[in-house]
Amino acid sequence: MKRFWFLIPLAAFLALAVMLAVGLKLDPREVPSPLIDKPAPKFALQRLDDAARTIRLDDMRGKVWMLNVWASWCVACREEHPLLVEFAKKRVVPLYGLNYKDQREDAKGWLARFGNPYDASLFDDEGRVGIDFGVYGVPETFVIDQNGVIRLKHIGPLTPDVIATKIEPLLKKLDA
Amino acid sequence: MPETLSRAIVALLLALCAAQVVAKEAAPEAADPALEARMTRITAELRCLVCQNQTIADSNAGLAVDLRRETRELLRQGKSDEEIVAYMTARYGDFVLYRPPLKPTTALLWFGPAAMLLLGGTVLLLVLRRRTRLAADAFEPDEEGEDLGERGDPAASAAASAAGPATGSATGSATGPATGIARP
Repeated sequence: MKRFWFLIPLAAFLALAVMLAVGLKLDPREVPSPLIDKPAPKFALQRLDDAARTIRLDDMRGKVWMLNVWASWCVACREEHPLLVEFAKKRVVPLYGLNYKDQREDAKGWLARFGNPYDASLFDDEGRVGIDFGVYGVPETFVIDQNGVIRLKHIGPLTPDVIATKIEPLLKKLDA
Repeated sequence: MPETLSRAIVALLLALCAAQVVAKEAAPEAADPALEARMTRITAELRCLVCQNQTIADSNAGLAVDLRRETRELLRQGKSDEEIVAYMTARYGDFVLYRPPLKPTTALLWFGPAAMLLLGGTVLLLVLRRRTRLAADAFEPDEEGEDLGERGDPAASAAASAAGPATGSATGSATGPATGIARP
């Protein structure tokens, strides 16, 4: 037993190296959301295209839907936008936008220019609903199930990989 | 004289800059200073999620400004500090807390450094105690000890006094004795 004591520092070093290597791989910007598997926060917001009409959380009951947080000032949103347009064409689930801290005219112009993948966008100019959803890095995407429970949150722009490996399997599981 | 004058002008300008900086920081956001102080105290304990090493009180990121506004509003509604912190953690998780709660998942965070110190200290103590029990000849002779021994040798010190003045002046001379006694 004593013969192997010289291995202890080596083992300690390896343990530390593995821990630090894992730490390097973690993205500190990706904060786990406490809202996963919790009921989505209630909201009632004007439609971006029609201030006279309001959309509420309760309007979505009974269906699986996606909420994509975007803004015309958000550069990464433009990056993910073609992907959303493609995804919306498949018509798998209703896709709603949360237009976050934006100007109504800017946002409408942005959609006119780059295409509108959303069934509708909610106009959250003060960012209050964004805070209720724990939004901190636009774009963000949520999947909400039939019972109004948040099942997935993706922070940052969507990628084909995220859609194929995380979102589509989940939607299939939820039987959307 | 002109030099002292220009210096005085520079000093005055710098003082004015400083005054401006102070004025900027103290810009009052709310009419109620007591509420503002409480808001600052609460948000100084909360992490801004956009610029993660700043507090919400310090940060000028859009989200931090919004969260300060929310905090003010909650305070006006008569919410307690705990309720406001709960409001934040419900949305952003324990990550927003600069002092994370003690839970099984955060135990390593809280006790890890102390455990490492304890472990290191124990190992050091064991090694030192083992060494004191070893006989003197278990150690390699000390370099300094050798040096002293040579200096104590009358022949060597005589040689040193003879060679010292000659080689000491010519630094880096190749003829200097290798023993190190010719060091300046």
